[in-house]
Amino acid sequence: MHIVVCIKQVPDSAQIRVHPVTNTIMRQGVPAIVNPYDLFALEEALRLKDEYGGRVTVLTMGPPMAEAALRKAISYGADDAILVTDRAFAGSDTLATSCALAAAIGQIHKDMPVDLVFTGKQTIDGDTAQVGPGIAKRLDMQLLTYVSKVRSVDLDKHEILVERRSEGGVQLLKTSTPSLITVLEGTNEMRFATMANMFRASRYPVKVWNREQAGIEDVTKVGLKGSPTVVSKVFAPTLRAVKAEIIQCENNEPKDLAVTLLAKMFTKFPKIEQEIAKRAA
Amino acid sequence: MAEKFDVIVVGAGPSGNSAALKLAEAGLSVLQIERGESPGSKNVQGAILYSDALEKLIPDFRDDAPLERHVIEQRMWVLDDDSFVGTHYRSDSFNKEPYNRYTMIRSQFDKWFSERVQKAGALLICETTVSNLLLDGNRVVGIQTDREGGEIYADAVILADGVNSLLAKKAGFHPELEPKNVALAVKEIHFMPQELIEQRFNVKDDEGVVIEMVGKITKGMMGTGFLYTNRESVTIGVGCMLSDFKKQKITPFELLEQMKEHPSIKPLIQGGEMKEYTAHLIPEGGYKAMPDLYGEGWMIVGDAGMFVNAVHREGSNLAMTTGMHAANTLIELNAEGLPFSKANLKRYKAKLDESFVMKDMKKYKNMPDVFHTNPQFFNDYPELISNAARTMLTVDGVDKKTKERQIGKSFRQRRSIFGMVKDTFKLWRAFE
Repeated sequence: MHIVVCIKQVPDSAQIRVHPVTNTIMRQGVPAIVNPYDLFALEEALRLKDEYGGRVTVLTMGPPMAEAALRKAISYGADDAILVTDRAFAGSDTLATSCALAAAIGQIHKDMPVDLVFTGKQTIDGDTAQVGPGIAKRLDMQLLTYVSKVRSVDLDKHEILVERRSEGGVQLLKTSTPSLITVLEGTNEMRFATMANMFRASRYPVKVWNREQAGIEDVTKVGLKGSPTVVSKVFAPTLRAVKAEIIQCENNEPKDLAVTLLAKMFTKFPKIEQEIAKRAA
Repeated sequence: MAEKFDVIVVGAGPSGNSAALKLAEAGLSVLQIERGESPGSKNVQGAILYSDALEKLIPDFRDDAPLERHVIEQRMWVLDDDSFVGTHYRSDSFNKEPYNRYTMIRSQFDKWFSERVQKAGALLICETTVSNLLLDGNRVVGIQTDREGGEIYADAVILADGVNSLLAKKAGFHPELEPKNVALAVKEIHFMPQELIEQRFNVKDDEGVVIEMVGKITKGMMGTGFLYTNRESVTIGVGCMLSDFKKQKITPFELLEQMKEHPSIKPLIQGGEMKEYTAHLIPEGGYKAMPDLYGEGWMIVGDAGMFVNAVHREGSNLAMTTGMHAANTLIELNAEGLPFSKANLKRYKAKLDESFVMKDMKKYKNMPDVFHTNPQFFNDYPELISNAARTMLTVDGVDKKTKERQIGKSFRQRRSIFGMVKDTFKLWRAFE
């Protein structure tokens, strides 16, 4: 079984600051990490490899520095890593990105047929959750989003059984491979890399593909040219000047506090009181 | 099969990076293990870079090292509760290249340094903790990491694992650090637009200002405060001996908060946005508190070996220099075909004795004792000096002779003539 896991290197959004004067996002000095959702996808793929055998290839598109994200994936136990990088990809939106990744997966498939493609449910910098479905569409693969668990794989029948989180419950779905699965957070816990894999990662020569090597012929499909999305403005939300009020009363008994709180609420929002009175009647 | 290297360096701070760089350049196989996510991610320093030590290792470091501002002005402030008395030294000669001192941000600097080390051929593995040294009798033969299959072998291990040096302690090379031998420093980085820094500190381009502070900001504890200008931020911090914090029952955080409220300091950081808060131990026990520095197959460099000159606020330069000498020792022995035994590693100590490192460590060997037992240097004198300045500068119809007498009296009341003579003598002896 051959699983391709698509990952992305993202700025650690917990550490991004907005410039207090210009209101622009300050990327300088913000550490780059592997998109946390992608790690659940990678771990799920590695678990399947442990159970059924096969290979796990990690794939990313990004600037040369994204190599670090791939190296990290190798340290967890991925077998191969491919970085698709080219100036032609600069400014890609989700449409152009899924086009480039789909082409690259096509190239990978030529070397060793791909059974499954895993991605995280979304990235923390774009939050669109569009790239995975975009790849599936282009490669004409079955698509399963928000998967919380891969139950089993039937290699002979080319079938996969997964649990998919949906509103109000969990769906148990079976589909045929090859398929693309976007994996939900909390699905699993990433393993602690072994020393041998740490050595392998620090010595591993990451494969670097440019546009041609990734199998993309049409330049207008990638990069800025292939991206219909326009970001017109980025801005920081204005802070609201509402101050928190500390509610207190004599003795501060929970019961009395609740009454005080309700009284305050009813004064401010008389409609609530009316509604409650109406329902009580 | 377990991996085997010529040398394993534990830690990727200034001392570890210096050692690994030299060793790799000399063609030895080097493995460097770092606990943090990346080199520098766990490292904390003021931070001032003294170029001399780094220049010896990387002559062209100025080309691409992430440096903030070169220091053209040094201020020394003695503070009481609401004033400071100080000296400012500013010289345009500090504006002539090559610059001597820079402010820097260690998380960026260490990463850059490590990239140079890796380019030289050392293998770096991060996010891995060395839990034990592998011993064959009393000879160190490798390390044990916290990962599965974590035994790695080497002919020598250089311990560059920082102030606590848990490894050396575990191996029994030195006892637990004593609170009187370490300072606890806390600092914050406040983001501030470049233009504001330039206006506020009267600098332009990459020029920077350093303010070192002593006095009542440390509440009588042995310690100092500091404020450094970076390119787009200001670093402010304070550090005192751990034993003093314990005695005074004040938290470092409170101390820094109070310092930031000081009327002389507050306007300098006003309008900034706090980006980072860090704390770190600094080994300030000096020469007398230094552990054994070498043994069978091992050497200690940097903070792990107490290599800090607390008086002159030097540490990273000592770290780099000790790392370099440790590496040079191994390179020499390797070239001569000699084993890395304790008897041969003695050369490391000899190199340090020859260099400014040990000379400075020895020169200030009594300093920690003097300051530990004489809190008046941090409490009484700053207030007296400040009062004296205020008395002289207040024009209020009192004649100057009377003012001088008042000042003299205030000093005698607080410290007595004999006390002052003794204090002078103590300081002179300590600095001698």
